[in-house]
Amino acid sequence: MNDLWLPVANPAFFAQVGPWFMALPHCKTLGLELVAAEKGKVTLKLPFKPELIGNPETRVLHGGVVTSLIDTSSGVALYTLLMQPEAAATLDLRIDYLRPAKPDLPLYCTAECYRLTESVAFTRATAYQDDPTKPVAHSVATFARTSSPTDN
Amino acid sequence: MSCDNLEKALEQIPYAKLLGVQVSLQAGQPQFYLPYAEHNIGNILLPALHGGVIGGFLENAAVLHLMWARESAGIPRIVDFSIDFLRSGKPLDLYGQCEIVRQGKRVANVLMTAWQDDRSKPVAMARAHFLLN
Repeated sequence: MNDLWLPVANPAFFAQVGPWFMALPHCKTLGLELVAAEKGKVTLKLPFKPELIGNPETRVLHGGVVTSLIDTSSGVALYTLLMQPEAAATLDLRIDYLRPAKPDLPLYCTAECYRLTESVAFTRATAYQDDPTKPVAHSVATFARTSSPTDN
Repeated sequence: MSCDNLEKALEQIPYAKLLGVQVSLQAGQPQFYLPYAEHNIGNILLPALHGGVIGGFLENAAVLHLMWARESAGIPRIVDFSIDFLRSGKPLDLYGQCEIVRQGKRVANVLMTAWQDDRSKPVAMARAHFLLN
């Protein structure tokens, strides 16, 4: 299990913080799972659940669920670059809904922190189902680092 | 659309039920309400509501506000959503209201605001485009 986190900035730290994020109450409610991580990049999985439907006729996932998955994935991506614990808050998040999420399939999100400054993290993320080349949503976000130790 | 119909529409949306969203009419406009619940927490240290919960709550509010304003049973499809988080969402009840900025033939632009104990201090503001049926 630990091998999965080896390429991140601080494997011992990320081995703790990754599962810690997944155990947060709303992440647990959604059933989020961390499936891969490397320096600057993570992939999270959201298994399909009927409670997450937004349109009862089409059974398409609610956009809000996609928002939670992308927000969490983007936040976790920045922790792959950190050496030690610090707080980060989402400043803004923009999502383009490219196609509806099909029912009964898991939704994955690969998020990348492509620029980390002393005070801000810039992220981009893609959510997809069975085919990563046909994304359900694309997103960009910024996060404020509330403390920035001089380890970067 | 009456408040009863809004409540019925809300009842049909599984994710809105999971969050615990409620609705009432305030000065003739729908006001959305999310009672505090531990399962909506996203930061246990502060603690704070999950940003995705605030986003999902507002997005859902915009969908229902559009259905209410258009007297339509069809659920509008979201095209894009952009949210600014202005303050952390405290472990308190959350309120939301929407404004239709522009409604064209096919596309509507909606502004959303979420606040908690003080309406003049919003926790988030968002805007979205929807495709109308």
